[in-house]
Amino acid sequence: MFKGTAAVFRRELAAYFATPLALVFIVIFLFAMGAFTFYLGGFYDSGQANLAIFFSFHPYLYLFLIPAIAMRLWAEERRSGTIELLLTLPIPLSAAVAGKFLAAWAFAGIALALTFPMWLTVNFLGDPDNGVILASYAGSWLMAGGYLAIGSAVSAATSNQVIAFVVTVVISFLFTIAGAPLVIDALAAFLPLELLGTISSFSFLTHFNAIMAGVIDLRDIVFFGTLIAFFLFVTAVLVDLRKAG
Amino acid sequence: MAMIEIDALAKSFGPVAAVRGVSLSVEKGEVLGFLGPNGAGKSTTMKMATGFLSPSSGSARICGFDVQSDPLPARARLGYLPEGAPAYGDMTPRGFLAFCAAARGMSGAAARDAIASAVARTQLGRVLEQPIETLSKGFKRRVGLAQAILHDPPVLIMDEPTDGLDPNQKHAVRALIAEMAPHKAIIVSTHILEEVAAICTRAVIIDRGRIVADGRIADGTIAFATTGPDGAPGQVAADARDLDGVFRALTQPQAAA
Repeated sequence: MFKGTAAVFRRELAAYFATPLALVFIVIFLFAMGAFTFYLGGFYDSGQANLAIFFSFHPYLYLFLIPAIAMRLWAEERRSGTIELLLTLPIPLSAAVAGKFLAAWAFAGIALALTFPMWLTVNFLGDPDNGVILASYAGSWLMAGGYLAIGSAVSAATSNQVIAFVVTVVISFLFTIAGAPLVIDALAAFLPLELLGTISSFSFLTHFNAIMAGVIDLRDIVFFGTLIAFFLFVTAVLVDLRKAG
Repeated sequence: MAMIEIDALAKSFGPVAAVRGVSLSVEKGEVLGFLGPNGAGKSTTMKMATGFLSPSSGSARICGFDVQSDPLPARARLGYLPEGAPAYGDMTPRGFLAFCAAARGMSGAAARDAIASAVARTQLGRVLEQPIETLSKGFKRRVGLAQAILHDPPVLIMDEPTDGLDPNQKHAVRALIAEMAPHKAIIVSTHILEEVAAICTRAVIIDRGRIVADGRIADGTIAFATTGPDGAPGQVAADARDLDGVFRALTQPQAAA
């Protein structure tokens, strides 16, 4: 199991860097992060030495950028036929699912880590609470894992990468804004209060905002952990179902 | 014990029955040529034999391990060249074979030796460091072959291993199969009927999802046991170098009549 996961992980991670994908993605990711933080977010005008503005844009950036990483995970294997090789190697399906996901997650982590000049800037300008920043980075990476797991499951259901991208964006959008007033107010008209609470508890924003406040609550970690595990399980089920033809 | 046992495999895609009850067993030392028109169910049968596709009914075993219920030991003993020889285009042959070796649990010197041997046998030396997507069709096919024989498996299933190769390369692949034949059980599908006489010890013709003829090759002739559309058994003998007539008669009964 472990050897299989490690082999798939190394191959997948290398594949990101073997093509221009990694470079294009990282450049766009960093550029968008900077543009959003400084122009849209008014980082300098805010006069605050923290990265709250920077992190507040992460869910929306991930919404479009993470599906771009995730769409290829299974759809590309299916389209090129390499899935036939992968699934006849003597490794369990769970190892292949985990290896692919972990490689994509590590790649997202590399892109995220390359935003470190933001952290340097804010430390140069003032005296931020670096504990909060570290917690926010960890929370942001966890959240990226959540989006990736959703994308993995969608990618397993189709051999068309464009469909995988669009459907992942839509599902991710629902998970992102589940707790936003826009949704909750609209649903409040006809849904009971307990159900509203349940729906908003599935919101990435709710959990990410809690982590961004500097409090790493076990519940938020469990939320993202469970979500990732659930969607990876769905990925394995979908890949297995397609074997039936 | 037969090394490949295929037992009443059947596969339907929705209302379309692609394979309707194929049974075969292949022993060590046999090279079975799997023939049939396009769409007859060759690739589907092979995909089920490897465990990639789950059958609607029936079962397949590799060295005694059921490919569906006990897949890992079955896959460890199997080398498979899928239809079209797919490979990760962004990798080099060296990287690709290293990945296959790692996934098969080989490491260090064992992996290096296995890769070197597979590369030498498929004559890939010259293109080892070029991305696979930039290689010619013949080289791509040989990368697929190298992957299939990398772990020296006792069972080889190859879907059109010589497709897209030039005559010299075809000859080299046939020689490679002949060299491996005594120690392995091999199934090869092909459209090239002359190939049967060149490398196979047995030929099976499949049409519309059923086996219509199965015969061993001895002294250049094949004694086929045939099964008619109504299930009636029959016998046909053919020259192994000239299977065209038999192939057409068995797979296009209306045209021949």
